[in-house]
Amino acid sequence: MITLHHYLVLAVLLFCIGVFGVIVRRNVLIIFMSIELMLSAVNLVFLAFSRYLGNADGQIWVFMVLTVAAAEAAVGLGIIVALFRNKPTLYVDEVNELKG
Amino acid sequence: METSLFYIFGGMAVVTALLMVTRQNPIVSALWLVVCFFAFAVLFLMLDAQFVAVLQILLYAGAIMVLFVFVIMLLNVREEELKSRVLQFSGVLGGLAAIYLVVLFGVGVMKEPLAPFAAVPADFGLVAPIGRLLFTKYLIPFELTSVLLLVAIVGSVVMGKRKI
Repeated sequence: MITLHHYLVLAVLLFCIGVFGVIVRRNVLIIFMSIELMLSAVNLVFLAFSRYLGNADGQIWVFMVLTVAAAEAAVGLGIIVALFRNKPTLYVDEVNELKG
Repeated sequence: METSLFYIFGGMAVVTALLMVTRQNPIVSALWLVVCFFAFAVLFLMLDAQFVAVLQILLYAGAIMVLFVFVIMLLNVREEELKSRVLQFSGVLGGLAAIYLVVLFGVGVMKEPLAPFAAVPADFGLVAPIGRLLFTKYLIPFELTSVLLLVAIVGSVVMGKRKI
């Protein structure tokens, strides 16, 4: 029998894998993909609670999160391309121009 | 049946997410993330969210990941630049932080008492009830998303300019 706890623990695991990627990896593309993974894990929590409470409102919020993810991907990848044009590196620890 | 499906696709999501985080080459990572999103879509289906599951595949595995792969190929990174940049110390630190977060959230989640899923109508999560809710109760947030998308369009056009 699969309960709400199963889904929540799975979502926690996936979210923390995303956090791990953001902390450990220095490749800006993989950091960005980890953020997408974290957004998806949050969607899983929304849907699990939506099903648990029998209330479809959570699915609307997943729709909103998907929109934000799409907007974020478009702008973020634009920033990465603009960054790469100015300084040809994919590694965030080499982008330290603002450091005094 | 439901239990085995949950473990198969939940395990698949976790394994592919780990593979995504640890691969050296961003394009391999992106492809593993696509597999992960498919596993997510199956989990969404098991939660009676058919509409969102289709959106997940169309939007994430389709649009967003195509954009990722497109940008990775556009950047044209050479092989020798893809060497590992994971510092020994940050790996240990990140692993500890992730395990701490898992335990913290896990204990918090487990505290709540267990109840079975509520009974839902047969059309729960299909397009019609979601659409009805979207255009009545959530009409203003829905219209505001169009403003958000406009901002994203303007932002990506500005970011794509030659001189910035």
